[in-house]
Amino acid sequence: MGQKVRNPESIRDLTSEELQGVLSGVGASAGKALPQRVKIVEVGPRDGLQNEKTLVPTEVKIHLIDMLSEAGLPVIEATSFVSPEWVPQMADQVEVMKGINRRPGVSYPVLTPNLKGFQAAVKAGAAEVAIFGAASELFSKKNINCSVDESLQRFEEVTKAAKEAGVRVRGYVSCVLGCPYEGQVSPDKVAQVAKRLYSMGCYEISLGDTIGVGTPGGMAELLEAVSREVPVDALAVHCHDTYGQALANILIALQMGISVVDSSVAGLGGCPYAQGASGNVATEDVVYMLHGLGIQTGVDLPKLMDAGAFICRSLNRKTSSKVAQATCKL
Amino acid sequence: FLATVLLHLHCLLFRRALTHEYPEFVKIVEVGPRDGLQNEKEMVPTGVKIQLIDMLSETGLSVIEATSFVSSKWVPQMADHTEVLQAIHRSSHVRYPVLTPNMHGFQDAVAAGATEVAVFGSASETFSRKNINCSIDESILRFEEVICTAKQRQIPVRGYVSCALGCPYEGPIESTKVAEVVKRLYELGCYEVSLGDTIGVGTPGSMAKMLHSVKKEVPSSALAVHCHDTYGQALANILTALQMGICTVDSSVAGLGGCPYAQGASGNVSTEDVLYMLHGMGIKTGVDLSKVIEAGDFICKALNRKTNSKVAQARGDYSVHCHMKKINT
Repeated sequence: MGQKVRNPESIRDLTSEELQGVLSGVGASAGKALPQRVKIVEVGPRDGLQNEKTLVPTEVKIHLIDMLSEAGLPVIEATSFVSPEWVPQMADQVEVMKGINRRPGVSYPVLTPNLKGFQAAVKAGAAEVAIFGAASELFSKKNINCSVDESLQRFEEVTKAAKEAGVRVRGYVSCVLGCPYEGQVSPDKVAQVAKRLYSMGCYEISLGDTIGVGTPGGMAELLEAVSREVPVDALAVHCHDTYGQALANILIALQMGISVVDSSVAGLGGCPYAQGASGNVATEDVVYMLHGLGIQTGVDLPKLMDAGAFICRSLNRKTSSKVAQATCKL
Repeated sequence: FLATVLLHLHCLLFRRALTHEYPEFVKIVEVGPRDGLQNEKEMVPTGVKIQLIDMLSETGLSVIEATSFVSSKWVPQMADHTEVLQAIHRSSHVRYPVLTPNMHGFQDAVAAGATEVAVFGSASETFSRKNINCSIDESILRFEEVICTAKQRQIPVRGYVSCALGCPYEGPIESTKVAEVVKRLYELGCYEVSLGDTIGVGTPGSMAKMLHSVKKEVPSSALAVHCHDTYGQALANILTALQMGICTVDSSVAGLGGCPYAQGASGNVSTEDVLYMLHGMGIKTGVDLSKVIEAGDFICKALNRKTNSKVAQARGDYSVHCHMKKINT
């Protein structure tokens, strides 16, 4: 371990005209160059660990977050202020918030499903929170026991309070490319929910392919619809790799102007709807692709891989990152 | 050959999908039985190989690389090449190319009934020397013999170029070098040249750059991509290739065939995952995904290993995902 990942051919050595020529060959009529910089939102400590079967000790969580901070990630979702009755893995939320070493310039958002959670989060020192809507009625009912509208009303309480407290709010929309109960989801429905979250005051909306069924065509269609309602700079993609489509979907999203990508170190967090299937896309694999494209992320890949190796040892599981699997033996 | 024209007809049709143009049809070249099994640690009984190929023949795949006529000293897993080729049930809709590294292999292949062959060049000198013990130039001279003889016998020849996006010994490979080797194979008479990212290090940027150079020398209709998923980049690289007009993709059922250069790492991209992406994009392949999953299931049981295909892993839980079949079959 600790060997540098070789990324033999990057387009950094092209002149800028050659680069534009090549990239515009990729998606001839896209009319948009790839972003020069992409912000990675690391969801491993929350979305990842929340969906792991093994319960992780608080010190391990704290150490993981600290290692991720050292790896240069600009945003690290630290924990969730949801009732420990529902999500026991996040019961140590306050301890984690208080125990982590907060790096200057790094943001540590936490999930807050309602006003109560929000208040507890702020008390524990949170400076940014996140709220989760769904684009599917059935999923909303099954997941948080209320309709999409009802959930948005609940969130409005949070965004109002957050505004007053000077706390930033990130919005998530789940099931954007398919729902385990409803099947197909209309891009217009997603756009509506995203628009409402944005109008309420969310500075960014992350579009989640919750069960990983999306493919590049669907992703392009979705982003076309949503970007009519929410500026593309305020959008992020949260792709699951359950069907191996995540990187292809992320690439299309970049081609359509998205410059914020959610991912999870070591691909932590299986898919709760398909046993044994993978879930979150691995941050290492995303960073490998972005760096290969000459896109800056600020992330130190070897340090990130160290963090991934650490958490996998603690969880006694293999990494889901292909980059991590490949480089450890070379 | 008229046959050659027909082989590339599908590349003429493109469809615009929002901001990009994609081929209407993509031809999948299934390399599991050869490239896949050759790189598996377990030796596979001949009967199992034959059954795998027969199952794949029923899926709608139009090209299935059956075996390799290379010396069994070097590649013991392919020692039963004659038996395999003679025992498989050859579907009239399917072509069964076999690898032939030299004239000796070619003659054996023809004697065994081969009607299509493949030759393997490299874009890296060091890789060529380490892999087949000669320089790129020497290897091409060897292939020239094979290709000429094949032409006389009206046997189509497919060319492969390995290390197209990077070499385990040399590191980065100049895209102009790749283009040079591809051009030589094409001009010698290969009807198609498959560009192999042998160690899977490529990313969409390096894929685009390489294809940009290669397309200057050889028409896209005569090109294919053979992406390895060692770093998880395969589908993104394939997507890039499609955006650049490539319409033939190599893949391996269940992602058979690990990477020989990084132990434990994955190798070939899974046919199931490629199909899932293509079908989801509305691109036709003629292949039945469920049947490929079944073939993958079969070979994984026989090899006593888990599938590398994420689609196969996810689809394992049919009850939850049954409505997903409506979206992406």
